[in-house]
Amino acid sequence: MSKNDRKLLSGTHFMLGNHAVVEGALAAGCDFFAGYPITPANEISQYMSERMPKTGGVFFQGEDELCSVYALSGASLAGAKAMTATASAGFNYMQEGIGYAVASEIPMVIVDVMRCRGENYATQSDVMQFRWGASGDHEHIVLAPSSVQELFDYTLRAFNLAEKYRTPVFVMSETTISLMREKLVIPEEGGIEIVNRRKPDVPPEAFVPFRAPEDQAPPLPSFGDGYRILHSLNPHDEKGGIAWDPDVFEKLYHRITNKIRANYDDIVRVQDFDLDDADIALVAYGSESRPARAAARIAKQKGIKVGVLKLDTVWPVPERQLEDLAKRVDKILAVEMNIGKYANEIDRVCGKYCEVGRVLKNRGEIHTTTEVLRAIEEATK
Amino acid sequence: MKEHPLWKYLRPNALPHFFCPGCGAAQVLNFFLKAADETQLDFDNFVGIGGVGCAARIPVYMNIESLHGVHGRTVPWATGIKLHKPELKVVIFAGDGDATAIGGGHLIHACRRNIDVVMIVVNNLTFGMTGGQMAPTTPKNMKSATTPYGNAEEPFDICKLAETAGATYVARWTSDKPKKAKDAIKEALGHKGFSLVEIITQCPTNFGRRALSTGSGVQCVEWIKDNSVSLKKAKAMSSEELESKFVLGTFVKKERPIFRGSSVC
Repeated sequence: MSKNDRKLLSGTHFMLGNHAVVEGALAAGCDFFAGYPITPANEISQYMSERMPKTGGVFFQGEDELCSVYALSGASLAGAKAMTATASAGFNYMQEGIGYAVASEIPMVIVDVMRCRGENYATQSDVMQFRWGASGDHEHIVLAPSSVQELFDYTLRAFNLAEKYRTPVFVMSETTISLMREKLVIPEEGGIEIVNRRKPDVPPEAFVPFRAPEDQAPPLPSFGDGYRILHSLNPHDEKGGIAWDPDVFEKLYHRITNKIRANYDDIVRVQDFDLDDADIALVAYGSESRPARAAARIAKQKGIKVGVLKLDTVWPVPERQLEDLAKRVDKILAVEMNIGKYANEIDRVCGKYCEVGRVLKNRGEIHTTTEVLRAIEEATK
Repeated sequence: MKEHPLWKYLRPNALPHFFCPGCGAAQVLNFFLKAADETQLDFDNFVGIGGVGCAARIPVYMNIESLHGVHGRTVPWATGIKLHKPELKVVIFAGDGDATAIGGGHLIHACRRNIDVVMIVVNNLTFGMTGGQMAPTTPKNMKSATTPYGNAEEPFDICKLAETAGATYVARWTSDKPKKAKDAIKEALGHKGFSLVEIITQCPTNFGRRALSTGSGVQCVEWIKDNSVSLKKAKAMSSEELESKFVLGTFVKKERPIFRGSSVC
């Protein structure tokens, strides 16, 4: 067996961000990939086309993004751990299939490498598309990596969350990190946690396919297991029957959204840096947390009490951590690479407790450390 | 009371069905179940797929694993299922709008790739569920909800489209020829590769009333019958004579390697 045949390439690597996504997926057990060419996500599908057949999985290049995302639904219901990767405009097309996957509770992982209006420049402009792009009511889980290591780690975690909550889970990648090479450490097999979807523990005649406690996803048998379930987008009752009944609809969508909301502690993660005695807090996600942290370190050396809250999960919004932070500091600065979309969320949660300023850049470039430092210094005046 | 021999295949909690009186889609459900019964289809290793539209409801009424409810994406679902679990038998039930309008882009690639799936296209020549709008299959000059002065577009010949794109089994029959339609489905179920069976059906409610000035299912079926010719007869007819005629028969039956993925080593 050659090195390429192994799913888990344990060891230390110097790797491209897009390739780290592939390794994270394979480490999680991904055995189905479908995608349509789009820059700057191409290295994901190209590397998948090389790795997937050699590790026993399927690589499929759809005729468009719609085909790709629906192929994930089909494969996932047949038992696969399925993933696709795209970039902003392609992510638009996929929203239709994401809405279906939410309604039918189908696990899958979707990577969007955000880009600027058809050009491969740095941006975080899809942060709201992640949250609100799909039709119908939903709660999404969106993870925001900031490095090649985190692209690996968060892709792996995205599979685990998708399997656990039976829902699409998103990796919010960016041009910055996807096309960057950095050190990546892939753990040994024992150092990796793998979650697989729950299967029914009762025979088909006793199984009620969409019945679950209001904070959970029901078990999911695969096609061919003999359970004969109707997976419809239409409002369906616990048996899976298409039913228009306001009570049925309300109960279904309460559970579908609540299975995410009620498990906030399991899903939401943040990292804080030097926040214990901070007067000013920078709040950043994804690659913007890098200049934020670098600037905060320099500002601290200059005697400014500043720290950083890095949002590893951007959706659901880490409201508890943000609220707690807002009560402790004088000022929060939202550092973001778009016109200030997520800053509105930070303002919504924190604005009633402290002043919320915005450090925005929307010109296809990541903030420099100097720019963020200047904003921190400005905030002290 | 004696139970209907096909009752055992239905999903009681999905009934009653929502088809209009005289609808041809309900007949196709019957044709399929007879074909499945006669070929002893293994329903535990079967997935039935419907998109959106009247025909898309056919799998909903069967006690099977099924996917339903998104317009035009039946082929991508089927592709994902077959690539991950090739041992499953997958049948798509699509209307003409689902198959050739919103899903037309997927259909040609399914033919090209030769995915091992059966697609039954229930062609009622209109968008029935939404109220009888013009479809890519509506005959030229015919009235519909969106062509009140007659259809100004050229319709698709679905079988020619599938044949040209590379499908390996292609046949067309009509709802007035139940045995032929059922036999074609049986043949498609036994075929390895992409099989398309088009069945021209009557939609009295929305095609009949608008295009044929009749809401009678019987009269609609008569119209289909009057406008059908066998493949054998069609070979002796000119293209002018064949305009707006439904040519019936088996157009393609050949073997070609089936699709296993885009990168196989």
